[in-house]
Amino acid sequence: METLIFFLFAALALGSGITVVVHRSPIYATLSLVLTLFSMAVLFVLLGAPFVGALQILVYAGAIVVLFLFVIMLLNVQQEESAPARRSAQLVTAILGAIVFLGMFWLAFWRTGLRVGAAPAPPKLTEELVSLKGLAGALFTDYLLPFEIVGLLLLVAVIGATVAARRPGSESSRPEDDYVSGDEPRTDPLLSGPDPRRPSVAEPAYKEAHS
Amino acid sequence: MSVPISWYLLLSAVLFAIGAIGALTRRNGISIFLSVELMLNAANLTLVAYARQWGQHTGQIIVFFVMAVAAAEAAVGLALFIAVFRQRRTIDVNRMNLLQG
Amino acid sequence: MNPDLIAVLVKYAVMFAVFINVAPIMVWVERRGAGLIQDRPGPNRVGPFGLFQPLADALKFMFKEDVTPILVDKPLYLLAPVLALMPAFTTLVLIPFGPEITVGGRTIPLVVTNADTGALLFLAISSLGVYSLVMAGYASNNKFSLLGSIRASAQLISYELALTISVLAVLIPVNSFRLTDVVAYQQAHLWNCIPQVLGCLVFLIAAFAETNRLPFDLPEAESELIAGFHTEYGAMRFALFFQGEYSNMAALSALGATLFFGGWSLPFIHYPHNWLGAVLGLLTLVAKIAIAMAVFVWVRWTFPRFRYDQLMRLGWKFLLPLSIVNLILVAAMTLAGWLGK
Repeated sequence: METLIFFLFAALALGSGITVVVHRSPIYATLSLVLTLFSMAVLFVLLGAPFVGALQILVYAGAIVVLFLFVIMLLNVQQEESAPARRSAQLVTAILGAIVFLGMFWLAFWRTGLRVGAAPAPPKLTEELVSLKGLAGALFTDYLLPFEIVGLLLLVAVIGATVAARRPGSESSRPEDDYVSGDEPRTDPLLSGPDPRRPSVAEPAYKEAHS
Repeated sequence: MSVPISWYLLLSAVLFAIGAIGALTRRNGISIFLSVELMLNAANLTLVAYARQWGQHTGQIIVFFVMAVAAAEAAVGLALFIAVFRQRRTIDVNRMNLLQG
Repeated sequence: MNPDLIAVLVKYAVMFAVFINVAPIMVWVERRGAGLIQDRPGPNRVGPFGLFQPLADALKFMFKEDVTPILVDKPLYLLAPVLALMPAFTTLVLIPFGPEITVGGRTIPLVVTNADTGALLFLAISSLGVYSLVMAGYASNNKFSLLGSIRASAQLISYELALTISVLAVLIPVNSFRLTDVVAYQQAHLWNCIPQVLGCLVFLIAAFAETNRLPFDLPEAESELIAGFHTEYGAMRFALFFQGEYSNMAALSALGATLFFGGWSLPFIHYPHNWLGAVLGLLTLVAKIAIAMAVFVWVRWTFPRFRYDQLMRLGWKFLLPLSIVNLILVAAMTLAGWLGK
């Protein structure tokens, strides 16, 4: 049963992984990434790490990939056109690099004694290994310092992302940005024409102020 | 029959290689990013497989940190994409060649 | 057949039967409730008190012409309504609906899967509901749908944070992520809504935003965006989105009832550990979900809609700090010994 689940989700992970890399449309590639993340989460649960599997779905598939989709839709990223003639050289280099990587991993197998089919059997999955309490115990005692540092890292990333994506120029280059609800004088609803102070809905979000 | 750990390691090596090919070959910035995320996931699978093999929590905790770092990197990277897009109106990485000699 | 497998299938069938009936009943409740609040009759022609209105609606949806617009992205367009149902019908496996019953010598906990990371898994799967919105909006080849789905995805991931942190605050005194442990804790102590009023309020507001219900329903607002992300969907596909929205509401109500209002248990009542206790537990849970859904309908027809920037400001600048304050308060109270054992 376990072998069946492993083969099924490993095949799914491989198939969707190839789709991520090969497909031209970025939206389809992102959705294939979601499928890959799902299969990896199942494989994590098979390996006795249910918390990591749940975190994978919550953080990766539920937030990071949604952010990707959001940016793709915002920037209207188009499908990649077929590349000019240099593509074959790129492809050859890439495949060579991949062969080198695979060779590296095979060497890693040989050195650590984890030959295919001759590995020492992994220990039985105890309650302590699989449960959340065991993981949390290790996380908050032995690894407390990295945990705090990663929290700091996330804070820095949030500030950095907010600053990097801001419109260039002074803080409120458009007076519309200082709009606070409640302090505008009521305009006559029967007046035709769009409100000159608010940008129209159909304008792309990244368009800068009229300059 | 339980699945030997080396099969998980092989799967993660193949996924890592696929992600590497994607990161080296694609021209679209977002696609490169997606391939990098695939590589990170392959590394996570290796870590969890080893955590299972040696019966310790260390692998899973490192995966926890890798996920947090990947989230931070995705956020900052996409913010940079938006900033670059405002200037160059494209995220084709072959066009970002202002520093080319 | 493995008796464990049979038990799992029977439990899933019970929960499925409860959740599949949510949408038809809610159609009637919503429209009669709207009529009641707006001082008008509501549907009253189809059967006594309009009770067969959902049947009439279902017939209408089935016989309507199914139009697929040209130039839509076919695979995503067809997949999106189906995915709308997925989170609700997957998360219902984690909700406990009765005490442990003893059948034929085995003790079976009345929850389809008593996962060790129950609450986390619930939040993880319900956060996947954003994909159907995104796919529907993108595939529709329509400016307004795209805008609706961009707004919806940003809204959902913003309020997910406040939701998750308020759920975490509940789990601190319980000392476990399992939902059965949360219910057992509330049987031994007060219902969680009383010492954690702030957390309950944050959960309520975030639940409204997560299910795209008024006052947070800008992604599907009729006066702003035609119908938002499901503009291009007709007949049966629209019915699937409709069903998905109501099922999501029911799933989040079930989670809220389990975390804050005691789940399947009532205070001072001992549920016997046999089939009678199971039925009583299920009825209690369904009653709580029904009250929560009535509150959803009540709020919908009472409040005006939030503007999009007001919505984002509320989520990030008000609810998130509030939920963190709640977390710190609950942690302090647990450390001081007032909560928890």
